[in-house]
Amino acid sequence: MLDLITILQAGVASGTVLLFATIGEIFAERSGVMNLGVEGMMLIGAMSAFSVTISTGDPLLGVLVAMLAAGLLSQIHAFLTITLQSDQVVSGLALTFLGTGISLVLGEGLSKAGTVALLPIVSPAWLSGIPLLGGGLALLQQLLSAIPLLGPILFTNQNVLVYGGYLFVPIAWYLINRTRPGLHLRAVGDYPAAADSLGVSVTRLRYFYVFVGGLLAGLAGATISLAISPGWFSELTTGGQGWIAVGLVIFAQWNPVRAMFGAYAFGALRRLILDIQGPTLLFGMANPFYYNPYWGFFLQMLPYAFTVIVLVIGSRDAVRKRLGAPAALGVPYVRGERGL
Amino acid sequence: MPEDTTPEKVVEMRGITKRFPGVLANDHVDFDLWRSEIHALLGENGAGQSTLMSVLAGLYHPETGSIVVNGKPVSFSSPRDAIQAGIGMIHQHFMLVQSQTVTENILLGLDRPRFRMNLSTYDQEIATLSERFHLKVDPRAKIWQLSVGEQQRVEILKMLYRGAQVLIMDEPTAVLAPLEIEDLFKTLRTMIQDGKSIIFISHKLNEVLEIADRVSVLRAGRTTASGVSTEGVTRSDLARLMVGRNVILSVEKKPVTPGEVVLSVEDVHAESDRGLPAVRGISLNVRGGEIVGLAGVAGNGQRELADVINGLRKCQQGRVRLHGAEISNQPIRKNIQGGMAYIPEDRTHVGTAPSLSITDNVIMKKYQQPPIGHGMSVDAKAAEKFAQQLKETYDIIVPNVKTQARLLSGGNLQRVILAREMSSMPKMMIAVQPTRGLDVGAIEGVHKYLLTEREAGAGVLLISEELEELLALCDRIYVIYEGQIMGEVSDGTIETIGLMMTGTPLEQIRPYGQGAATHV
Amino acid sequence: MSKTTATPDIIQRRLPITLQVEPRLKGTSPGLSIITSLAAVLVALILGGILIALVGGDPFATYAHIANVAFGSLGGITDTLTKATPLILVGLACALAFRMKLWNIGAEGQFYIGAWAASAVVLIPLLPATASPFLFIPAMMIAGMLGGAAWGFIPGFLKARFKVNEVITTLMLNYIAVAWNNFWIFAVWTEGGFQMSPMFPRTSWLPRLSDLAAQIKDFRGLTLHGGFIIALLAAVVVWFILNRSKWGYEIRLIGDNPKAAEYAGIPIRRNIVLVMMASGALAGLAGMSEISGVVHRLQGAISPGYGFTGIIIAWLAKLNPYAVIIVSILFGALLLAGREIQPSGIPKMIQGIVLVCLIASDFFTRYRVRIARRTEA
Repeated sequence: MLDLITILQAGVASGTVLLFATIGEIFAERSGVMNLGVEGMMLIGAMSAFSVTISTGDPLLGVLVAMLAAGLLSQIHAFLTITLQSDQVVSGLALTFLGTGISLVLGEGLSKAGTVALLPIVSPAWLSGIPLLGGGLALLQQLLSAIPLLGPILFTNQNVLVYGGYLFVPIAWYLINRTRPGLHLRAVGDYPAAADSLGVSVTRLRYFYVFVGGLLAGLAGATISLAISPGWFSELTTGGQGWIAVGLVIFAQWNPVRAMFGAYAFGALRRLILDIQGPTLLFGMANPFYYNPYWGFFLQMLPYAFTVIVLVIGSRDAVRKRLGAPAALGVPYVRGERGL
Repeated sequence: MPEDTTPEKVVEMRGITKRFPGVLANDHVDFDLWRSEIHALLGENGAGQSTLMSVLAGLYHPETGSIVVNGKPVSFSSPRDAIQAGIGMIHQHFMLVQSQTVTENILLGLDRPRFRMNLSTYDQEIATLSERFHLKVDPRAKIWQLSVGEQQRVEILKMLYRGAQVLIMDEPTAVLAPLEIEDLFKTLRTMIQDGKSIIFISHKLNEVLEIADRVSVLRAGRTTASGVSTEGVTRSDLARLMVGRNVILSVEKKPVTPGEVVLSVEDVHAESDRGLPAVRGISLNVRGGEIVGLAGVAGNGQRELADVINGLRKCQQGRVRLHGAEISNQPIRKNIQGGMAYIPEDRTHVGTAPSLSITDNVIMKKYQQPPIGHGMSVDAKAAEKFAQQLKETYDIIVPNVKTQARLLSGGNLQRVILAREMSSMPKMMIAVQPTRGLDVGAIEGVHKYLLTEREAGAGVLLISEELEELLALCDRIYVIYEGQIMGEVSDGTIETIGLMMTGTPLEQIRPYGQGAATHV
Repeated sequence: MSKTTATPDIIQRRLPITLQVEPRLKGTSPGLSIITSLAAVLVALILGGILIALVGGDPFATYAHIANVAFGSLGGITDTLTKATPLILVGLACALAFRMKLWNIGAEGQFYIGAWAASAVVLIPLLPATASPFLFIPAMMIAGMLGGAAWGFIPGFLKARFKVNEVITTLMLNYIAVAWNNFWIFAVWTEGGFQMSPMFPRTSWLPRLSDLAAQIKDFRGLTLHGGFIIALLAAVVVWFILNRSKWGYEIRLIGDNPKAAEYAGIPIRRNIVLVMMASGALAGLAGMSEISGVVHRLQGAISPGYGFTGIIIAWLAKLNPYAVIIVSILFGALLLAGREIQPSGIPKMIQGIVLVCLIASDFFTRYRVRIARRTEA
């Protein structure tokens, strides 16, 4: 039988990958830099997380290295687009090639490496191990899990990174909309000349937020290889999720909260595609998808087709409301171009 | 001189030189500013006054020269340094983030509050400040909701909030209606009573004489007058210092009998880019052999109207006719084939393709027909010959016609556009701000070409903010305000047109002559 | 310079030398842009070499191996040209679209759909196996181009109609195209349950040099096929379109300044759709050429990322159709030799490095960087 709760539960988990990548890209784009290299950065992240964890046995270290590696890669894009004022589309593509290439080279043979220590699942037992707060947190987790419907979907048997995602969305929203760094971030993306005229360094902030985007893409990669579908399967590890994340940014209209809904919906869709092939009966009828390899190919297309649909919806919305994209997105900032 | 009458020097700039690739913008320029004075900095577009002030505001770093503020030598590496020294600049193009509120814009770039933005307390603080200096504006409003005059107030507040003692204003009146200008001047006077000093960049002589205590003049990057008191100086003195010769403000206009109506605009409505009503029921007409002006402060729907006439924007209601045939909401090509020429406001972003050659730029509206277009192909030789011809006829100064358009100066670029538009022998020409940013010689050239069109029997609609230009060139002038026509005059003065530009319909100005008498 | 009133505290903290960056006002000479491109490739090869050394390979041996495999013998050279054939067509597809600043990243998918449509002519079959090659080949070419054009139409239409970002849509369509192809070779045209179709009849093969082995002995075993000629012709056609036709003028004008194009009365939306379709048709033709000239059956993994390599080729060729041919041959060599290089990701990594260096080098064609002594007041 198709279990909706299980699908949504796993959907939230696998949507966490997209959540991190999408919000990372939102930060970069809010500062005015579009980075199409998310896929490459995620691959670097997934590869380094897996590789480091295998050799050290420490998944936390794996996550940190993954974030740093992807963050470093993102700085190539920052240098090309911010300092050298190159076209952001072409540079982002180059970053994807580079990230994919490097992760394939360094990840050679990694797929046969076997199992690794993964990031922990949040459970009362695990939480109790935390000093000082452990008992309270364990109690809180049990209370949350007891909420009807939402409890099992969101809080039961979820990875620590999934919980991280719950905290991260409101933090990202608050940072962007209610703090001074957020004010400067929005100004740099909307009208860099204004920010510059008041002494806000456009270059420094853009480098920084491209780096943040890289860190989060790396985290997204690590989430795949250490939590959601552990392992290293070369390019198939991400399977285009980096591109889906770039598309989701437009759907989310650069808003982390909308991004969250989009990401979880996509996660659920991925899970549904797997699970729908399991049961023999569907709504009391013979399940046409039951381990049917032919239908499988069409099911595989679904996330990508949905991305296109979601993009159409997002773009139409943006056109209708005449808002959305940061005004200076994709435009290099050059101080004082006049005088020529 | 006795101590007490020596004015206190707030700013002293000595020997400032600033070079841009290909241009010497400032050549050893000196400048002094005294406490509690309004000091006008006069010069033509491109004479270097904006550059000099950008140096003082920390935006540019000069190659040579020194700056002393309040007796201390300074070297600014960013605008933040300048603001900390009490110097703030209000740019001609407002430095405001459209999607943010007034308060957010004012708090941008400050250190306080460090992290959490509790906007409501700051809204209060800014409301108090705006009251003190008669700068009325709602702190919670988003910038895009504000009028141009209000946005300027936000800019001034931004600097006052930072405790600026010296305020540099780059052409502050260019975007304001006459009444708003008076309000601004009132604010400026309040500020100098408060002990602040103001540098006022302008090229409008009468304004300078009205508001400034002293005036410095720049010409081609050099000082031609330094801190002259405005008392006893005449307009023509200043004009000579600014241009280097006596300026002929009037143009020679041959009498031409107007022909048939070429363009008629009937009750046209259109929206701005943001979807707000920008053109609200405009009707006007232009006859052959006539230059008709459309006067108004920028942002009152002129751009949208020009777009509608040229088919670049949707006409929501009403219609536009060219020689009686409806052209609104028709493919633009129909316009072009019908003899419409358009000199857009934005030369680089609309009028030309920067990375393409001069040749490619001048055949923009000609590549479809012979002799340049043949079947599916473009005859490269014919195109180059055509471009060569235009280069000679219109004095486009470039090494050759393969040069990329982006490498041209503003005046040359405008000549490329004029050449392209005039070579099509138009029946109707729309020119939007055709002289903005050009030097005097180039302006005269543009005027001459517009008059040529008039004499050739074409209709010309000249959309401009320069009243003197309109009065000199036009046979009739319409005045636009908030997307509506306030009236039409053929014998207008700056005063009547000024009143209409601020929203007073002609009937209220001349109540005695309602109806046929005042209308041409 | 004489003593001045400068502010010493600031100056002392600065280096005596500064880098001055100035825009090039005179425009860029073609010679300069060729030199910077070559320098970029050289830098990329050095960087790639360093990375190869870091992962334990021998960069010199690797590069020598590539050169030897690709150009060391007549067989090697024709194999390289064979590899270059789809690259030329795909590179042209990208160059055409990029000229209009239309980022068609979907050449890969258009390649697959082109190959699938061309195969459909053989496998449905639309033509009997006994039909003349003079009928077969053109029919497959048309089918391939139509397939690619259809796949290009979707993102073109979505961009023209809804302003949907074409980078992401074209990319998503790549994944869909691969799944579509897999469905057909697995479910419909499978040969004995393997993920491949039966071998095509000889009449649907593009002629090869080895077909002439009876007359010229040296041609025995040479794989170069008629697709190479098609690719060269396509380059001439694309050059003509871009540089000598009305349509090409419109493409260049829209690419440089869409607002100016709109102002000149050029229908932008229609051109978005048309250019995406033309670009897709070229990529589809590449798919057909590969199917009919090399693989002779439809199967999975018929492209080792040609569509993506085409992007780099177009950029390295500065969107010049004739330069696309030369660059494609070099990349053909890299792909050919790359099959044997370990680790297998190296060719892809080198491509990435080349593209990064290339983008960086563009800066030097736009700006002049001078090392200047601080001229101080």
